[in-house]
Amino acid sequence: MLSRTADNLYWIARYMERADTVARLLEVGSRISLIPSVHGYRSEWDSLLQATGIADAFAKKYGDPVQRNIESFLFFDRDNPSSVASCITAARENGRIVRTALTTQVWDALNTAFQELKALERQPRSELELSRLTEWVMRHAAMVRGAIDATLLRNDGYNFLNIGYYLERGDNTARLMDVKYYVLLPRVDFVGSGLDNYQWTTLLRAMGAQRAFHWAYGGEVTAAKIADFLILNPQAPRSLTTCVAGLANHLGRLAKSYGRETEALAKARELFAGIEATTTDGIFEEGLHEYLTRFIAEVATLAHAIHASYLSGEMR
Amino acid sequence: MSQFNEMYQGTSVRSPYARLENWVAAMPQELRSLKQAEAEALFRRIGITFAVYGEGGDPDRLIPFDMFPRVFAAAEWARLEKGIKQRARALNAFLVDVYGRGEIIRAGRIPARLVYENEAYEKAVAGFVPPKGVYSHIVGIDIVRTGPDEFFVLEDNCRTPSGVSYMLESREIMMRMFPELFRENRIEPVDGYSEMLRRTLASVAPKKCKGDPVVVILTPGHFNSAYYEHSLLADLMGVELVEGQDLFVDGEYVWMRTTEGPRRVDVIYRRIDDAYLDPLCFRPDSMLGIPGLMDVYRSGGVSICSAPGAGVADDKAVYTYVPEMVRFYLGEEPILNNVPTWQCGKSDDLKHVLANLPELVVKEVHGSGGYGMLVGPKSSRDEVERFRAKIVEDPGNYIAQPTLALSNVPTFVEEGVAPRHVDLRPYCLVGERIELVPGGLTRVALKEGSLVVNSSQGGGVKDTWVLAE
Repeated sequence: MLSRTADNLYWIARYMERADTVARLLEVGSRISLIPSVHGYRSEWDSLLQATGIADAFAKKYGDPVQRNIESFLFFDRDNPSSVASCITAARENGRIVRTALTTQVWDALNTAFQELKALERQPRSELELSRLTEWVMRHAAMVRGAIDATLLRNDGYNFLNIGYYLERGDNTARLMDVKYYVLLPRVDFVGSGLDNYQWTTLLRAMGAQRAFHWAYGGEVTAAKIADFLILNPQAPRSLTTCVAGLANHLGRLAKSYGRETEALAKARELFAGIEATTTDGIFEEGLHEYLTRFIAEVATLAHAIHASYLSGEMR
Repeated sequence: MSQFNEMYQGTSVRSPYARLENWVAAMPQELRSLKQAEAEALFRRIGITFAVYGEGGDPDRLIPFDMFPRVFAAAEWARLEKGIKQRARALNAFLVDVYGRGEIIRAGRIPARLVYENEAYEKAVAGFVPPKGVYSHIVGIDIVRTGPDEFFVLEDNCRTPSGVSYMLESREIMMRMFPELFRENRIEPVDGYSEMLRRTLASVAPKKCKGDPVVVILTPGHFNSAYYEHSLLADLMGVELVEGQDLFVDGEYVWMRTTEGPRRVDVIYRRIDDAYLDPLCFRPDSMLGIPGLMDVYRSGGVSICSAPGAGVADDKAVYTYVPEMVRFYLGEEPILNNVPTWQCGKSDDLKHVLANLPELVVKEVHGSGGYGMLVGPKSSRDEVERFRAKIVEDPGNYIAQPTLALSNVPTFVEEGVAPRHVDLRPYCLVGERIELVPGGLTRVALKEGSLVVNSSQGGGVKDTWVLAE
């Protein structure tokens, strides 16, 4: 397949996954805002902006983090490249470019999301409840994902889509956790406190994993359990292990069908081996923040390798 | 001016439309609105949209689709088909000739300056004969009708005529919405087009290609107004849709960048202008195009469809001479007539044009898409005078034609059904064989009385039926 086509497929997946994450963040934010805030903390909304890495851009445009502005910025604002509207538009635009590499159902799912988004944009904001908006995003993200799984040929294009999904998801999970540990909770003496647990639970909720977590672990919510769940547990659909395994799997399938091993595959395997040898004790010894920072950097290196091996058209 | 209505002759219905009268009568207003909305939703869903150059606005605008079909009887079509193929053959013979020995010019049948000084004449391909002697592989011929047997060619499109996706999708949508119509009428299918196109392109593979030729479609990209069409055709033919950046020249061949490494390309169906093909050959300032492509082309390493230089045959000034080409190369009388045309570059013609401006249609020689034209009878005195000044300033840039009484076909409008003017663009494919599917693109001027059918100027499309015998 054309390298450019592979690139477009990869970005469809990344943008849809990113839209999904942003919507989840918004839902969590509105949930936290219903709880009485604690003195001496930065606004919870502010930490969400930190999470998406766009706090500066927001401050420049709106100043103080007021809920309504944040909702606009994260959902509708085209100046924010990570807003839901930007992501869905970009995903659909990438889809339009590679229309021929998609089934009607996948295109339909992407295009319907985009057309409905335009309808939402025309509606007065006062008529739009945030929970309706976030549910809307998650539903369409799931529809695109479902159409891909149900109708697409399991060829190289399918692999590139999945590589995009897993890469974005792994990165987002790591960032969300990092925010929790670094921004939500700047003071060490809060670790293990009631507040701490509440915030962890919120994080789980953001990933739609609260119930799954209780099924898998039960009992009290602790940092160690959550780190195990979101980093090491191969059953958790958003854990770093799951994402890295997915990357290694789909890069492996590409290498097999093309009859050529690449730098990207080697890098993914190395990452997977590393995570398999990791324990929660090891993570906390290194420091959760340090561990996550390292992981995010490694994922970025892997993304570069994928680009060089397949997407740039320069064989390596 | 009496106008030919393709459905009604006085109060009687012409035979090709016989079964449509009841169909319309049996459709209540509510059902009609419902169906119209359904059609629009289908078009939007498949993503078939059209961006209008220079108008800005919604790049996802739809071309209005009219559900009332335009119908040809088998005998009517048989004659059209013969005329279209004849014209496509003559145009290609002309192209091979003017890039070769120039017999038609030596014979004094067409002025040398009109050809060799034409902007569309590519000196870079002089002396080169493309595979099978074909320059224009897809010839779109715009035809209007003024009576039961009167058809006129308005213009030829020898480069990259667009709109065939509307022919294909209009049919798909009509079959989905009105299956009963297709049971009652015996309508020739058009969905063989993509296979016919693939076969045509493969048949002109270059000399150096051994085995199955790799065909690609070259698009300017997804911002182009016809991008949907490019991707639809690529999809239907099962070939890659590439942009300039996906191709490169290495050694004697053209390659595309793929995830498995470079893959050789044999035939390029390009939907970009000559000027953007190869910056080394045409426009050194261009960032677009594939450097070195023309060298590979001239040495038989790749075929380009349409061939660079094909545009000289569809120039509006050259158009006047197409009937002459038919006589000269084929030794036949043209089956399809030209619209009488005055060339403002000739002083006698100019005089006539300026004297009769309010009754004429005036077009720019190199214009397209219905832009930069004057429809005399539909223009205010002011508009006519402003246009007169433009013609006087640069007469060679304009041609004029009488305002034709274009035929009408019933069309769904706000108040019900009313006659609207139509034209026809069939797509003739030229490779080893000359073929065309029974059908084409019917464009309709939706505004009452309007003669401009261009989609960029408020035109719509209709499904075009050719009935089986």
